[in-house]
Amino acid sequence: MASGTREKFDNPVIEWVDSRLPVFSMMQKEYGVFPTPKNFNYFWNFGAIAMVMLVTMIVTGIVLAMNYAANADIAFSSVERIMRDVNHGWLLRYLHANGASFFFIAVYIHIFRGMYYGSYKQPRELLWILGVVIFLLMMATAFMGYVLPWGQMSFWGATVITNLFSAIPLVGDSIVTLLWGGFSVDNPTLNRFFALHYLLPFVIFAVVFLHVWALHVTGSNNPLGVEPKGKQDTLPFHPYYTMKDTFGVLVFLIVYSAFVFFLPNYLGHPDNYIPADPLVTPPHIVPEWYFLPFYAILRAITFDITIPFTGIILIPAKLGGVIAMFGSIAMLFALPFIDKHPVRSAVFRPWYKIALMVFVVVAFVLGICGGKPPEGIWVPLAQVCTVYYFAFFLVIIPFLNKKEPVLELPASINDAVLKKSKKA
Amino acid sequence: MKKILTLTVASFLTFSPLVHAAESGHKLENQQWSFEGIFGTYDRGALQRGFQVYSQVCSACHSMKYLSYRNLEALGYTDDEVKAIASQYTIMDGPNDEGEMFERARKPSDRFKSPYDNDKAARYANGGALPPDLSLITKAREGGADYVYGILTGYEEPPEGVDLAAGQHWNKVMAGNKIAMAAPLSDDIVSYEDGSPTTVDQYARDVAQFLTWAAEPEMEIRKRTGIKVILFLLAFAGIMYSVKKKIWADVKH
Repeated sequence: MASGTREKFDNPVIEWVDSRLPVFSMMQKEYGVFPTPKNFNYFWNFGAIAMVMLVTMIVTGIVLAMNYAANADIAFSSVERIMRDVNHGWLLRYLHANGASFFFIAVYIHIFRGMYYGSYKQPRELLWILGVVIFLLMMATAFMGYVLPWGQMSFWGATVITNLFSAIPLVGDSIVTLLWGGFSVDNPTLNRFFALHYLLPFVIFAVVFLHVWALHVTGSNNPLGVEPKGKQDTLPFHPYYTMKDTFGVLVFLIVYSAFVFFLPNYLGHPDNYIPADPLVTPPHIVPEWYFLPFYAILRAITFDITIPFTGIILIPAKLGGVIAMFGSIAMLFALPFIDKHPVRSAVFRPWYKIALMVFVVVAFVLGICGGKPPEGIWVPLAQVCTVYYFAFFLVIIPFLNKKEPVLELPASINDAVLKKSKKA
Repeated sequence: MKKILTLTVASFLTFSPLVHAAESGHKLENQQWSFEGIFGTYDRGALQRGFQVYSQVCSACHSMKYLSYRNLEALGYTDDEVKAIASQYTIMDGPNDEGEMFERARKPSDRFKSPYDNDKAARYANGGALPPDLSLITKAREGGADYVYGILTGYEEPPEGVDLAAGQHWNKVMAGNKIAMAAPLSDDIVSYEDGSPTTVDQYARDVAQFLTWAAEPEMEIRKRTGIKVILFLLAFAGIMYSVKKKIWADVKH
């Protein structure tokens, strides 16, 4: 990393370490003087916020693991023991359970920021893809974490989601048996989920490291989507953005704390305070709120896809739903290669801006559909939204590539900033 | 841009109530509780009365297996009172030095005595229905204390044309309206020492509060801590806002 010429430090201890392992030089280069566009808005706080949430989750999670027992007979009561008898156990668990939700809130806003300002575009494609990998790992981790308290929703959520893999032709059933460690969700399932739930956060941490590394190669995008052209466009990361990020993190923590201390179970489901019972199916199985849009897409495919006029089923509805659900994430991976429009920021893309805002509304509506029983208006509504979800990537963006006019961009960040302050 | 940000966060937060729709057609009446709100606390009198109702009525069928007698100190009982309460119940302990199991009085460190040895026994004694454990009932049901109060006061004559099977009762709050538990409360079945009215409504209110405490014994300390945490974060955020403003004062951005 930091190699070649190195500036000497005055402090002899720091200098002694740095001349042998230049960590201080690296920090100085990557977080001290690192040139950062000077026109960030508060959306750029969410990377730092997500990082704080990841660390919060790992720290609270490790302490919880010291008190938790991954055994189907006692998992539920070991969680109750944490809540009642472990010193500040309730705080640890509520921080961790709500922390998952707030980690997702931060990451969803972070992803939206990237889509709005075109942060995924050349040369930041790999940076974006690493981000989607983190998102995917987060989903796996959160899903397995929700199983651990071994309540009714844990058990039945695990049953529904793992069963999805049985839709895969030929190998599906074997995969499900492997996931379960048996022939139904049971103690072996809980054990392997606990092991993986402990492992994956560290994998996430490693990919976050790559994500940040890639960021420090290309530098940050900014609200104008115009690359910095020189010193007049940037500021050193410290103290400008370290201080701004600290402020943003604190505001986020206030909202997070309000939930942890005053509404700790608001984002959860009451059924998960009922111990898992393989003989009693809850009337209405729903995943955690952050999965609902994807759950709605999964359930939107209610029909088999057949070869016309023959009646031969090509893709059964269940497999279709699974393909659609994974496809919805695959769209995010493909986004940098689908969107070829030369302008990055939606600020200068009036058409894309509208399409994206509709996309956000559609994602919310899908979330609502996912939380409702699959009947009545919710099914066709989810289907229409699913069509828009995919059309946004596969039809609208390719159309905009060719048709959306290319507006004149500001000559530089500094230029735009000066003009704005003159107007004000 | 700040507006968009607040809107985004706000819409995320308002989004989830839509997720949990009530499953019973009946809408729970919202009751007033002393433990509501950010400064809410339990009413010790109501907790003790609620415990009395639980031990004299509910505990005949419903266990509370996550509670120990020592937890009752939080209700305002002294050490000696808790010991006395615990010693009314027995537990099978052992094996002793001779390898024999023996029965002894319960101690404050023992769990609440369950009415049945296991779920099968509970079902057998209740016509196939399992009386749920009540340790977490207010967290395990939509509506919490309102739900418990609603069930206990929700017994009605079934509407005309509805046939109830043997052992079923009509309750306006229960999902599907059919409940295996007969109306457990009636006026004057528990005598209160503090002069509170001995009505079904008062019993239901007290026991709902007691069960809320049982499910969330940490609530008072949690809310007190929360106020301190948020005040600290507000002050810290205020300072950081000024710091940020001062640092950025000379930069056009």
